[in-house]
Amino acid sequence: MSTINRRSFLAAGLVAPGIFATPWPASGQSGQPTIVDITRARTEPIPIAIPNMAGTGSEGARLGAQIAQVITNNLRNSGLFRPVERAAFIQSPEAAAATPRFQDWRVIGAVGLVTGRVDASGDRLRVEFRLWDILPEQQALGTAYNASLSNWRQIAHIISDDIYKRMLGENGYFNTRIAYIAETGPRDRRTRRLAIMDQDGENNRFLTDGQFQALTPRFHPNATQIAFMSYQRNEPRVYLFSLGSGRQEVLGNFGGMTLSPRFSPDGRSVVLSAIRGGDANIFVVDLASRRERQLTNSPGLDVSPCFSPDGTQIVFNSDRGGDQQLYVMDANGGGARRISFGNGRYATPVWSPRGDLIAFTRISRGQFAIGVMRPDGSGERILSEGWAMEGPTFAPNGRVIMFYRESASRDQRGAGYSARLSSIDIAGFNERQIVTPTDATDPSWSPLIS
Amino acid sequence: MAATKSLLAAIAAAGLLVACSSDNDSANTGGAGAGAGQIRPGSQEDLVANVGDRVLFDTDRSNIRADQRPVLERQARWMGQYPAVQVMVEGHTDERGTREYNLALGQRRANAARDVLVAGGVAGTRITTISYGKDRPEALGSNEQAWAQNRRAVTVVR
Repeated sequence: MSTINRRSFLAAGLVAPGIFATPWPASGQSGQPTIVDITRARTEPIPIAIPNMAGTGSEGARLGAQIAQVITNNLRNSGLFRPVERAAFIQSPEAAAATPRFQDWRVIGAVGLVTGRVDASGDRLRVEFRLWDILPEQQALGTAYNASLSNWRQIAHIISDDIYKRMLGENGYFNTRIAYIAETGPRDRRTRRLAIMDQDGENNRFLTDGQFQALTPRFHPNATQIAFMSYQRNEPRVYLFSLGSGRQEVLGNFGGMTLSPRFSPDGRSVVLSAIRGGDANIFVVDLASRRERQLTNSPGLDVSPCFSPDGTQIVFNSDRGGDQQLYVMDANGGGARRISFGNGRYATPVWSPRGDLIAFTRISRGQFAIGVMRPDGSGERILSEGWAMEGPTFAPNGRVIMFYRESASRDQRGAGYSARLSSIDIAGFNERQIVTPTDATDPSWSPLIS
Repeated sequence: MAATKSLLAAIAAAGLLVACSSDNDSANTGGAGAGAGQIRPGSQEDLVANVGDRVLFDTDRSNIRADQRPVLERQARWMGQYPAVQVMVEGHTDERGTREYNLALGQRRANAARDVLVAGGVAGTRITTISYGKDRPEALGSNEQAWAQNRRAVTVVR
């Protein structure tokens, strides 16, 4: 996407700024113990001190403060970190960026300390950041990034991911985007536009002009394309939208409505539903040849298919047994078996990128809920419940789910209705509304942007 | 009950009368610039006022209810009367379902309504269908009464 140059350095005391040691070993192979267990961080968020980064150059000080703020917001919003109040800081940010006095940070309760220097002049930005492990008095991480100034937010997200990974031992999800549907206007005549924003709600952009209704965007696994549904020419069909060129094209030629697209994990095909006659069945379309293959052929509505992350199975929603339930089948369409057996109707299944869970919408006794279950249907847990909510999507590390929540109309004119995005930890805590400029539905979480 | 029935019959008869008289008017005026209260035959307004433009469905069902079938049979006769008319049948659902499933359910409702029109003698080429799922409610309340109105297939003159 953008040119961001990354260098790592170790043992800050021994290495002068600007002189780089060899990069870190590849992730997960470093053998370094994580600093805090993620399960423990849920009950006791990690206290971390994030002073403003020291700045040089015309824009350095301003960006040093802004980058520290973005990192602070990311870590706090994860629910797994507790940024220490800045009023408690003893050592100055400038002095800490040179050599932290560990005692000063230990007494205010910090387990980690993030320091940095930002040099920004003209269009060039250089950010050196270090993560300090306060108790053993060690540098845990040190990286320098060179980029163009306009990418400062992305640098802040990348550093947030670095910290998350070093402290918790898992990939983060901060350098990611959300595709969603921006909704405006009265409820019976809504304008629905394809929109995209950073994971934290910044850099919001509308990708379609609203002339045709857009629904259900889903990211390609390399985040360069979005599959979605458009009502162009009054023919609701699945389209592919290229984020590079802004061009869109219809996918396949089914002679009827197509809906609920999802890319395969290898990005080479799209699985979707197509309606012929009275039934909706699941098809897979190969993107190179554009050949379609029918996977289900049942009386009833088979919708919302989603591949397992290893590409061998597909979970989907069907009313073939009378009401809406979740089924898992082999990726070639064979061996469909029902996995949902709780009270109510189940819909919108989506497989976790970790493979361990399937998130879903449940409608039961007039209430909607978002929940997770294991792929064999066991271990069902409800994470959030309310008047109306649906459309879960996993963060790329499988630790957070985003979905949309609607409120009921208070009167016959629809007053009081709203639709907003929310995120929640898969353990069922830290539900937060995502700030969007308009009503928002159908979120799709991108993979980590590289 | 008898009183209700006769009232409905009276309304239906009045509707036919309106249709006949407006037919004559439009023949005289060429259909353009019709005055207030006049309805152009073969128009959407004609369909709404004199035939009925929609059928309603039970929750999560797409079969045509026995009490709704006569509306579609009247629509088929009406389309026989105006052979140039082409229609789009829009399928809709209430808000108490998920978006993707409701898109499919709305399509199945539109198809079910179309099938009755075709069985009533209307050429399939004159009918297109579309589903809006739960995304274009007619009644905006969040209650049973609104949901019953929103579970519908609406015939729209193109």
